[in-house]
Amino acid sequence: MTKPVGEYISIIAARSTDKEILERSQDGGIVTAAYIYGLENGLLDGAIVADTTKGFKPVPKIARTRAEILSARGTKYSLSPNMSVVKDAVKEYALEKVGFVGTPCQIIAMRKMMQYPAAFRQTAGNIGLIIGIFCMENFPYNAMKTLIEQYARIDMDDVLKTDIGKGKLFVYKKDGSEPVTIPIKETVPFEQKSCHICMDYTSEYADFSTGSVGTPDGWSTVIIRNQRGKDFIDKMIAAGKLETQPVDMEGKLGMPLLEKLSVDKKTKNAKEIEHRIEMGLPVPY
Amino acid sequence: MVRVSHVHMSGCTGCLISFADTYEKLLDILSAVDLVYAITLADELTKVTETEDKIVIERAYPDNVDIALVEGSVCLDDHHAVELIKDVRAKSKIVVALGSCSATGGVTRFGRGGQSPQPTHVSFVPISEVIKTDFAIPGCPPSTDSIVKFLMAALEGDTDYLEIYAEFVKYKDASGENLVKQVISQGLCTGCGTCASACQMRAVAVFDGKPDIRMELCIYCGSCVLQCPRIRMPKAKGILGV
Repeated sequence: MTKPVGEYISIIAARSTDKEILERSQDGGIVTAAYIYGLENGLLDGAIVADTTKGFKPVPKIARTRAEILSARGTKYSLSPNMSVVKDAVKEYALEKVGFVGTPCQIIAMRKMMQYPAAFRQTAGNIGLIIGIFCMENFPYNAMKTLIEQYARIDMDDVLKTDIGKGKLFVYKKDGSEPVTIPIKETVPFEQKSCHICMDYTSEYADFSTGSVGTPDGWSTVIIRNQRGKDFIDKMIAAGKLETQPVDMEGKLGMPLLEKLSVDKKTKNAKEIEHRIEMGLPVPY
Repeated sequence: MVRVSHVHMSGCTGCLISFADTYEKLLDILSAVDLVYAITLADELTKVTETEDKIVIERAYPDNVDIALVEGSVCLDDHHAVELIKDVRAKSKIVVALGSCSATGGVTRFGRGGQSPQPTHVSFVPISEVIKTDFAIPGCPPSTDSIVKFLMAALEGDTDYLEIYAEFVKYKDASGENLVKQVISQGLCTGCGTCASACQMRAVAVFDGKPDIRMELCIYCGSCVLQCPRIRMPKAKGILGV
């Protein structure tokens, strides 16, 4: 890999101009804003989102309206199997321009499906946009539940939002009280094991990827990777749906931090892959 | 001209329908395919010999075929089937197991057998158990897009792309169980849900972040095994295309 964050056309800091989106979005509300813009302007006719159900459990949902998309705002740190509804979106909902958002592993799964579509008849051509998010690792739902209920002493039904930053996992409650924090080192043993062989931090195979690292609070870094991603973002900017600023390419919290985290993940996980091979365990690469 | 054949063993013709869907597209793009043998689609070299008591119709499999797409499993109780598949191997450069019956045996192998109209036909095996097979494309049927992509790659000699299908030959009994054995219990499952979407029997559902497999519904088509990004990824990263 030539660049630590993968190949890209351009990289910008952006945030949604929609107050309602920003109210409860993780950072700049890029995914929500892109989906809503796509739906309202015919670039997408539906989108797969990670919604939350009872007990703060993420579930994939096929959203076709602004309200459905808004209800799914914010990052979930346990995985929503978004790939599992791709065929339903195309076959049962008869969507022709499906928006897809996922973690790097899901984006890789999507690209593999598009290249080897043996079990996905007439599906690959109906994917309208692929948005990747930055991801260091994930927590299985039951691990998240254990952390939040046993460590932070919050009932899963009371959780509004989770956030990771500044070395801590923040758990926000629905009653609006101060977030409870869990130090990241306490959460490490709960990480999903399969994440430790993942060599992708910034969703290198998405049309564009987005995440909080590299930009100030309330903004998101957007890495535009291909022409489709560029066209989409350009249209959003032209329509006034996104405000942008350049990414800090020098400062400690800008691009260098993003690159450092990406390289850290690759270095750490390359070791794990090597270790697995030494132990005679399978790796998918 | 690349000479392509379609060989119909014990299968339901679904793979051929999927293949025929590509036809126009293939000719448009390439004009490079010569379909030399496809019993259901085209006329073949048929030799009819009339004797006093019977008429013998022989459909000869042509020589020098470049790519043989074999649909269906081999019925070991039918000597014609065994002879044909051996003939196909001898006369074709590349033999492709097209579809689940051919790749894993699929429903023909894992059904109970012994049923009408041919109760004596009970043993069905993937073609790779009878002949050396170069590539296997699972799917019941494999999608039109995947057959086009496969043929394009084969015509261009894109071995990086084809690697996954070459490797799939060894999955003679690919099923939902492989997800448990090779992915979940190896600590490799990310819970992405691709398997659940791939399964046309809806035998796979993601529950608590991992696929939950109802084996009684599994038809051993191998789709989930092929699609899983944690069993095998193409080694050349460029294949994923951005």
